[in-house]
Order: sequence, then structure tokens, then C-alpha cells
Amino acid sequence: MNAVVGRGKYVKAAVDGGKMKPAAEYKGCRASANTGQASCGSQAGPGDLPIEIWEKVKNHPCYSEEAHHHYARMHVAVAPACNIQCNYCNRKYDCANESRPGVVSEKLTPEQALRKVLAVATTIPQMTVLGIAGPGDPLANPAKTFKTFELVAKAAPDIKLCLSTNGLALPDHIDTIAGSKIDHVTITINMVDPEIGAKIYPWIFFNHKRYTGIDAARILTDRQLQGLEMLSERGILCKVNSVMIPNINDDHLVEVNKAVKSRGAFLHNIMPLISAPEHGTVFGLNGQRGPTAWELKALQDACEGEIKMMRHCRQCRADAVGLLGEDRSAEFTTDQLMKMDVQYDLEMRKGYQDGVEDERAAKVAAAQKELTEFAGEMSAITLLVAVATKGSGLINEHFGHAKEFQVYELSTSGAKFVGHRRVDVYCQGGYGEEDRLYAIMGGIHDCHAVFVSKIGGCPKSNLIKAGIEPVDQYAHEFIEKSAIAWFKSYLDKVKRGEIQHEQRGDAAIRQGSRISAA
Amino acid sequence: MPFKIIASQCTSCSACEPLCPNDAISEKRGSFVIEAAKCTECVGHFDEPQCVAACPVDNTCVVDTSLPRYQAPA
Ligand code: SF4
Ligand code: SF4
Ligand code: SF4
Repeated sequence: MNAVVGRGKYVKAAVDGGKMKPAAEYKGCRASANTGQASCGSQAGPGDLPIEIWEKVKNHPCYSEEAHHHYARMHVAVAPACNIQCNYCNRKYDCANESRPGVVSEKLTPEQALRKVLAVATTIPQMTVLGIAGPGDPLANPAKTFKTFELVAKAAPDIKLCLSTNGLALPDHIDTIAGSKIDHVTITINMVDPEIGAKIYPWIFFNHKRYTGIDAARILTDRQLQGLEMLSERGILCKVNSVMIPNINDDHLVEVNKAVKSRGAFLHNIMPLISAPEHGTVFGLNGQRGPTAWELKALQDACEGEIKMMRHCRQCRADAVGLLGEDRSAEFTTDQLMKMDVQYDLEMRKGYQDGVEDERAAKVAAAQKELTEFAGEMSAITLLVAVATKGSGLINEHFGHAKEFQVYELSTSGAKFVGHRRVDVYCQGGYGEEDRLYAIMGGIHDCHAVFVSKIGGCPKSNLIKAGIEPVDQYAHEFIEKSAIAWFKSYLDKVKRGEIQHEQRGDAAIRQGSRISAA
Repeated sequence: MPFKIIASQCTSCSACEPLCPNDAISEKRGSFVIEAAKCTECVGHFDEPQCVAACPVDNTCVVDTSLPRYQAPA
């Protein structure tokens, strides 16, 4: 495996990239077409983020969508116990909603986890973040969680550490967190109203007792908000995750958004409920549905002005490894790790990451240039397009191989990332499957076009029939620059009367398990 | 009466293990077990048996009725 060092799958382009303006100088704020509000979200530039926060998040794939294209994260599963029960979780299997799996993922000791971190960091030099997100609640296993962080901080000082928690035990561990190298904490907050909480959480285990119903939810929300305040006071960055559950907390999440913002959360991530009966969760079994793509986007948009919204979360599994939607965890099982010869090389990693920075700068500059040429154009038209990408901000995935599509909202002010859609891969062993194609089209039904590096004749004609334009002339070019160029020609055609602009319908969020590596 | 863990239901999440005031719980071959001789039902320590209260799978930590009623040490 030494041979792989510095020559990972994604290295080529990064190393070639010329020296350009550093990404940090780029202002990511764009006026959003509908609200006129700045909507930099967690995108390319610092926007109105204080510079010290931007420094912390710019290379963090979870906090910056743009960084998500270039940097990777990993989770280690050292902490399987949990102190609450959620109706969207069935701990017999990997949790469908949060990175909180149960028995399926490999459980590691802190020492094994360290070995894994070093092996991954050596193989994938763009791995910059280690998160402990369970399975279970990391703070329900504080000894193992903090031991792992301590070992990693010593052996690999450049890796950022982060922690995800349900918040119940958070106030008890603030000093340990502040005293460690952890600079990001994610709290899952689904409600601030105990009546609503009682519909989400059947019980909690607190102070050696099991609490149920409204009592349980009241304790939980008090502890979560208290923990968030304490983190903010100590200057520790805090992101809030919320699971959107239609008819239970969907409207209420606007209130949650306000409550967490006022207590200093810097990013809010609203994720769709994933509930299929086969997951065996309470919600899955009683037919609780998840939101549609439109419902999710409308709620995210409604919260956007209050706080930065994160829209690229992939709800990945607790032992996920790799870049973007990819999961390379299978390469790093305990068996594999034992065979690897691990040599942590800080210089090699740094050299690699400098190349990545150059590539990012080139990408940003290209989009800027395209946008400058666009200046003066005004149109009320906004539309969505889907992009097949393997990362690095490029249109570099075959339609038939795409495991997900990135969705961008185009307007005369630019291309804004608004989400991603998981799909089942269309090509299996060289043959496309009809059913899958319809499922994929359902997943991007709200998009006017899909950008790919390549696409077969059959899916192409079906997409056209469904009113989604397949676009392959920008293969291997930067996403945002290409999307703006395409949008320009689209507006021209509308102006010339060649086509008529029409709104598209809603799209379905894939309900299958999104945690599987496939 | 001591408690026992129904192995086929245990997810081996390890939530129970550190909570037991008597160190009666340990992992054996992927599942957690309670050493009957050490379990005091948490009497004198907590109001509720900790393994029962923390276990995410209902009816997995249960009273071991296969043992004679007063066999467990006080
Ligand atoms: S999927 Fe979500 S939690 Fe996982 S790395 Fe991406 S943003 Fe972070
Ligand atoms: S009832 Fe209490 S003493 Fe007995 S095994 Fe469970 S936690 Fe330990
Ligand atoms: S808490 Fe329950 S499921 Fe978890 S290890 Fe203990 S007995 Fe098994």
C-alpha cells in the first residue's frame, strides 16, 4: 500500500493546477434571486463568517460544501452505546438516519481506531477530518471516545477532530471537550418543544433512570440547549443536525432553527427522515413518511436567512471513509489494517493538500470569469440542474455509474449548490435497467438538465422524453462554470422563443438505506 | 434474584456494561452476559436495575427465573 501514497485516484488534476488566487480570498456570497438575501450558506467562500471560523471550516468536508469536493472525512466506530432511543433508529441494524449504526459496523478499540486513522490518512492524503459519531452516542461512551481523540491528536496533529452527539450528556463533558483538540461538535436537535419530542423519543436514560414521554423530552431539550450554550461560550464551533419528520416536527423546525441560532450554533443541517418498513424502526413500521425533495428544500430555504444552512450532508454511516458520496470503508477492515505498513507522513500530506488548494482556486476563478461575462443579464428564471460527479468540482461521472447527483440552482446570479440526490446505479454489469432509470428520473424530476461526462443512447432518449436535458458537452470541466455557460444558452433560447421555460414538478427522496456502502 | 441477558436479542451495544455497580456484566463471544453471583439487582445503589433501564432492546435484560429463588447472594 505504500505505493499508493501521493498517487490516489484524485491526485492528477490537483497537482497540475496552476497558482491562482487562494480560495480564502474569494467571497462566496451571492444575492439569492428570490429573497435578495446573501446565501453563501456553507459554500465556497468565507461570506460573512468571521475569518477565524472560516479558517476552521474551509477544509472540513462536513461544514463546507465546496470543501466536500476536495477533502475527505472518516468516522471510527468506537462507541456503540446510546443513552436515548429515537423512533427513527433500530439499533439492531445500522441506523438509517444518523451516523449511528448498531451491530453491523465494525467496532474498534481506541488503539485499533488510531491505526485505522493513520492508515487512511496515508492512503487518502485529502482525509482531513476524523469524526466520532457513534454507533451510539459518543458521550455515552466518554472514556473510549476521548481516549481515541487523545491518541489521534498525538500521532496525527494535523487532523481535525469532531464529535457528534445527541446532547443528553453534553453539559457533563464540556470541560473535557474544551481541554481536548476537538474544534467542532455536532448536536442532533429535532425539537425544542417536549410535546413534539415525546413523539420522536420513546425514552432516555439519564441520572441512572429511564424517563419516558414528555418528561424525557423536556430533560433532553434542556440538556441539548444548555450544552450548545456552553460550547458557544467556550468558542467551540457547533453545528446542529435536525431530522425533518413530516407532520411531526416539519413546521416546528423553523422554531428550532431560531432557538439554536440564538444560542450560537453556526450551521444548521436539516436532513430528511429516512424510513422504510424494512429498517424496522418505529417510524418505518407505522408508515411515517419522509419529506419530498421540494418539502425539504422549502424548509431549508425558509431557515436560510436565520443561519447558514448545510445542504450536502449524506447521512453517512459511522465508519464511512472517503470523499464525497464514496465509501471506501471496505478497504480498511481490521484484517486489512493488520496487513498494512503504516507510515504517517505529514509533509507528503501537506504537499498534496497544497495541490488541492491550487485546484480549488482554479475552479473558483473559472466560475467567476463565466459569471463576469454573464454580468448585466437579468432574468427571473431560476431552475435546478443535476450533476454527475466523482468530486474535485468536475463533471466527471458517467450517467450510468452515478451513485448520486449534485443539484444546483441556477439564476442570473450564479450556480448555487442546493443538495444531492442518492440514486441506485443505473448500469449494472454493462446493462441499464428500465426500473432503475425511472427511479433515477424520479429522483431528479425537478431538474431541467443533467450534466454527465458520458451517457448511453437509451437513457438519453428517455430523459429527453421526460423533459430533462442530458448535457455531455462539458465532460471533465468545472461544474459551476459549465452550469453557468449552459444556463446562459438556455436563457438565450428562451429569449429567441426557441424554447419555453416551464416549472418542473417535485422529486422523490430515495427511501432505501443510504448507509450501505454500495 | 439476579438478572440475565437473552443473548439472541443482545445487540452487543455495551450500554449496560459500564453502568453495573457490581461489575457483573462482561462481553463473551459477541454478546454480553451477567455473572449471576455478582448481580444484586442494583439494590442499595440505584432505584432501577441499570442494565434493564439502559438496554435499547426491551425484555433483553430479564430476571433469571431458571435459578432457585434465593440462590443469589444478598
Ligand atoms: S455525509 Fe454528512 S456527516 Fe458525513 S461527511 Fe458528509 S456532511 Fe459530514
Ligand atoms: S441489575 Fe444491576 S447489578 Fe444486576 S447486572 Fe444489571 S446492572 Fe448489574
Ligand atoms: S444494553 Fe442490552 S443490547 Fe446492549 S449490550 Fe447490554 S444487553 Fe446487549
